[in-house]
Amino acid sequence: MSTVAPAEPAPARETGPLLSVDKLVVDYPGKGRGRPPVRVLKGVSVDVHPGETLGLVGESGSGKTTLGRAILGLAPVTGGTIGFGGRDISALGRKERRALSDDIQVVFQDPYTSLNPALTVGDILTEPLLVTGASDADAGRRVRELLDQVRLPADAGERLPREFSGGQRQRIAIARALTRAPKIIVCDEPVSALDLSTQARILDLFIEIQERTGVAYLFITHDLSVVRHISHRVAVLYRGEIVETGEASAVTTAPEHPYTRRLLLAAPVPDPARQAERRAARLEFAARQQAGAPTDGLSGTPAADEPTS
Amino acid sequence: MTLPMPDPAAATAGQPVAIAVPRRDRTLRRLLKDPTAVVCLSVLTLIALASAAAPLLTSYDPSASDLADALASPGGSHPLGADGVGRDVLSRLLYGGRTSLLGTALATAIAIAIGVPAGLVAGYLRGWFDGLADWVSNLVMSIPAIILLLVVLATVGQSTYLAMAVFGVLMSPGVFRLVRGSVNAVREELYVDAARVSGLSDTRIVRRHVLPVVQAPVIIQAAQLFGIGILIQAGLEFLGLGSTAEASWGSMLNDAFGNIYTKPLLLLWPGVAIAVTVAAAGLLANALTDVLVGGRAAKPRRHRKAATAAVAGATGTGTPADGTTETAEAADITEAAEAADTAGAALRTGEPVGDELLVVRDLRIAYGGSAVVDGVSLAVRRGEVLGLVGESGSGKSQTAFAVLGLLPPEAHATVGALSFGGTELSASGAEAAGDGMLGRRIAYVPQEPMSNLDPSFRIGTQLSEPMRRHLGLSRAEARKKVLALLDRVGIADPARVYAAYPHQVSGGMAQRVLIAAAVSCDPDLLIADEPTTALDVTVQAEVLDLMRSLQKERDMGMILVTHDFGVVADICDRVAVMQTGRIVESAPAAELFADPRHPYTRMLLASTLEDSEPRRPLTATAASEGVDA
Repeated sequence: MSTVAPAEPAPARETGPLLSVDKLVVDYPGKGRGRPPVRVLKGVSVDVHPGETLGLVGESGSGKTTLGRAILGLAPVTGGTIGFGGRDISALGRKERRALSDDIQVVFQDPYTSLNPALTVGDILTEPLLVTGASDADAGRRVRELLDQVRLPADAGERLPREFSGGQRQRIAIARALTRAPKIIVCDEPVSALDLSTQARILDLFIEIQERTGVAYLFITHDLSVVRHISHRVAVLYRGEIVETGEASAVTTAPEHPYTRRLLLAAPVPDPARQAERRAARLEFAARQQAGAPTDGLSGTPAADEPTS
Repeated sequence: MTLPMPDPAAATAGQPVAIAVPRRDRTLRRLLKDPTAVVCLSVLTLIALASAAAPLLTSYDPSASDLADALASPGGSHPLGADGVGRDVLSRLLYGGRTSLLGTALATAIAIAIGVPAGLVAGYLRGWFDGLADWVSNLVMSIPAIILLLVVLATVGQSTYLAMAVFGVLMSPGVFRLVRGSVNAVREELYVDAARVSGLSDTRIVRRHVLPVVQAPVIIQAAQLFGIGILIQAGLEFLGLGSTAEASWGSMLNDAFGNIYTKPLLLLWPGVAIAVTVAAAGLLANALTDVLVGGRAAKPRRHRKAATAAVAGATGTGTPADGTTETAEAADITEAAEAADTAGAALRTGEPVGDELLVVRDLRIAYGGSAVVDGVSLAVRRGEVLGLVGESGSGKSQTAFAVLGLLPPEAHATVGALSFGGTELSASGAEAAGDGMLGRRIAYVPQEPMSNLDPSFRIGTQLSEPMRRHLGLSRAEARKKVLALLDRVGIADPARVYAAYPHQVSGGMAQRVLIAAAVSCDPDLLIADEPTTALDVTVQAEVLDLMRSLQKERDMGMILVTHDFGVVADICDRVAVMQTGRIVESAPAAELFADPRHPYTRMLLASTLEDSEPRRPLTATAASEGVDA
């Protein structure tokens, strides 16, 4: 795809990138014997700097979750490199990978299956400490600190996840990610299963934690408004390729790539008059795309008419 | 001949997935509350103790025969009589219990000792070991067990324990498969991924997250295997394949069978011993299933993406009630809202007058005493789109289901008045009205398109069936109409989709198909429950375009249940905002967005991120302060 190159806005930074994904390729084995593997990421390059939020936007099937999982060491890397703090972590052994857990953590989308229902919140929060061999007293103190950081009551530690609502569970998941003070947290759609008002509060919690601790986020989402709220920079992923990168304000308000523009125009505005304008703009844009030369591979079949694999 | 294997699926009530053993003391306490379990445990303990204490309970040697006493009747020096060669029956029964229980325990222990580790490794690490273990287990399962036992005993010599050890090996594939299945399910859980990211070693992850889940089904299966083992062992010994030196229940049966005409009573004692032990083991397995699996059934699932069937369950009651952050703030707003209600500020004259298609007055729905919908009144005119907006647990879906008449049986619904197109309906909604009311005059578009199409029928069949039923069309007419409809809902190749199975189309296409199905009988009212929530935003826009144009074209009334104010702004004429089972504000859409009066509505609108500045973290908080003020 010969589109917009992932242009780094290149402000003068003192340090190099914390995380540097370069031409990453991920194949999943084909379903059934003899089927060719499915290429999910086709040479993706992104950087995340210390203390920064990089928003990664894409729709289902774009490969955004796979990128997060590859960084976490949960998806197989076929080609390219994932650099962290200057060394390639794309093909580490199990033991070396485990050593990285100090620095790289995760918050998943689904707050219902990301917490073991049989463990207490305290046990869940101290799980990352099992590896470091912290004493019980230290662990207990850390649990209280963490619960306080994510605004959960101090007695939450003795309770089970099922006693908490979706938003509260996501707070628990965030606290678990913070347990060992990581340098970067991969956030895979952490607010998309939540109610609107809860969503806003959890996003603000993410921002507050970042401002206090200087942790970086790779924030994966399908929602442009979420990404605008939390990201410093945004990368747009479409069918396994980055089609646009840039400052959040630029990408989410005046996107350059046709796909990003389509994404923006498709997001409904909570205001009937402005939504009517946006709808008109979207239909006009679609018509132009249909009529114009299909240079970007977008104007052909809309994503809606692709069969799911 | 194959062995009666316990069905692994039945062992866990068809749900080997998400069961984890809660704290052990709690499990034991619950087990001891179950009278069946207590009786079974007592019986088994008693039998085990009696066997262990055999030398104290009888002075007879179980193999010492005294031909003078042959076939002696119960009483006198032999409390239960003597067998065909004059051995004391009570003594043989007690000592025989040792052989039977130990032999069966050996078999069960071997089955578990092989099956559990193999299942854990194969399920967790997969790879070549999984393939090999699976192949071996298939091989073992395909061997006729009794024949193999006969061969082993014939070559190695007759030994009860050897036979039971071989039997244990033969039963291990059942355990292996059960464990592997449970591990496979749990290793996909996100909390296992989270543990890996936390740097836990595989051994630790297995011990902490996987083993507890495997524990329950294995305990249950062990109890079942034990019962089966007793029977198999008795069978082998009855056939004379056990060791002749030791007394056992099976060999007692063998002896009794030889004297069945002269002393039928001899069959009774070993028979009772076997029957009681097997029954106790089986019933204990049932009781364990109830305690270990049944107690976990109430696992709450995420609401929004749950299948509609689950939504039709008790989502409304699913919100845990504890007074921390989210709920506390919601409570503030509720209080403010009640104050506003009494001041009469929030309710305005949004209700349509005349020409109402659907009128609902004072709808109440409760689950086991807790109300999820608490006095909802609404009306929809022909050609009007009503948005029913709220957060999870607000009762919006329950309201829609009540109108459709699709509430689950445990819901208790009452309604002041419910009329549709001038016809009065009962509190059980459109479904109960019969006569094609539901499907023909009121249609429904669900949230999860995929789970609402039957995977085993072609899409065309599923679409034409209701048309043939409601409109009395012939097969060919229905097909023609379905193809036209599929074309109308924007499907590029109607003939292909007509012949396709649901898994062959995308989510967006499936939703178009369901919309086609909904409008196929020209309904007057369309009820759509979060119809675009599961779709990508670009697909959502197209589906909303489609719904809008169909609604205009057919002048349908529509109720759109959603949590998304963007969707409301896109398509709705009027909006009703729901909070904890009540409509707190209802107004024409333009008015509501321009001038939201109720604090809850204002809070929700302020929570939308559409207009938030990039990285100005205080906007949302400032908004909720505005609510409190």
